[in-house]
Amino acid sequence: MAGPRVTVQTADFDLAAEAAALRAGDGGVGAVAAFIGTVRDRNDGHGIDSMELEHYPGMTERAIEAMIDEAQRRFAIRGARVIHRVGLLQRQDQIMMVAVTSAHRGEAFQACEFLMDYLKTQAPFWKKEHTPEGARWVDARSSDDAAIARWGITAGNAPPVVPDP
Amino acid sequence: MKVRVRFFASIREALGAGEGIDVDAGATVGAVRDALIARGGAHAAVLARGRALRCALDQVLCEETATVADGSELAFFPPVTGG
Repeated sequence: MAGPRVTVQTADFDLAAEAAALRAGDGGVGAVAAFIGTVRDRNDGHGIDSMELEHYPGMTERAIEAMIDEAQRRFAIRGARVIHRVGLLQRQDQIMMVAVTSAHRGEAFQACEFLMDYLKTQAPFWKKEHTPEGARWVDARSSDDAAIARWGITAGNAPPVVPDP
Repeated sequence: MKVRVRFFASIREALGAGEGIDVDAGATVGAVRDALIARGGAHAAVLARGRALRCALDQVLCEETATVADGSELAFFPPVTGG
């Protein structure tokens, strides 16, 4: 697992190959947990033809590296790998993956979810959906802020819900 | 002193990728936002107070109370939606 921990790329990825590389040569690994995010055909009631992903080069890699460092402080994990695609993606395409290795499953599952919750609210990516009605920037969800709050981290990403007058 | 301001996503579409601007020594991120709003037009619209906006100073998320330095890179962008 001497390779990079974080990659932002336009190309697709192969989870099996990444998981194999992550645990290669590490006999202490007894668990690999992974998550893949993919492009749905519908979102918030809109049909989706394709999706564009923008990011903040430099900050993105730095932010995710810091998240992995934090995951390593919190959980007994042995390795982690994050790949996130940018550019134009089509329905059902893979968007991103997180893979984590540990000695036993509990830490790998937890660290994988922690990294996802963190990334959703702190990594500078933005999705723009192309729908039959036109293009729209995806709104941040307050449920994602709630998810990272479970780990004791305040995100403040999604705008506060304004109550009806 | 000079800072480099960058915009992303919907804010980039409205204002462009960014620019170098002169700010007072000791200026906060919020003061830079106010100076951009004071230009009126598209800047006032997309950076308006009350709109959900996040900021990063030298590529780290920050609060508007953070102080910028000469040569700082200051970014404004909408809430993030990756993953």
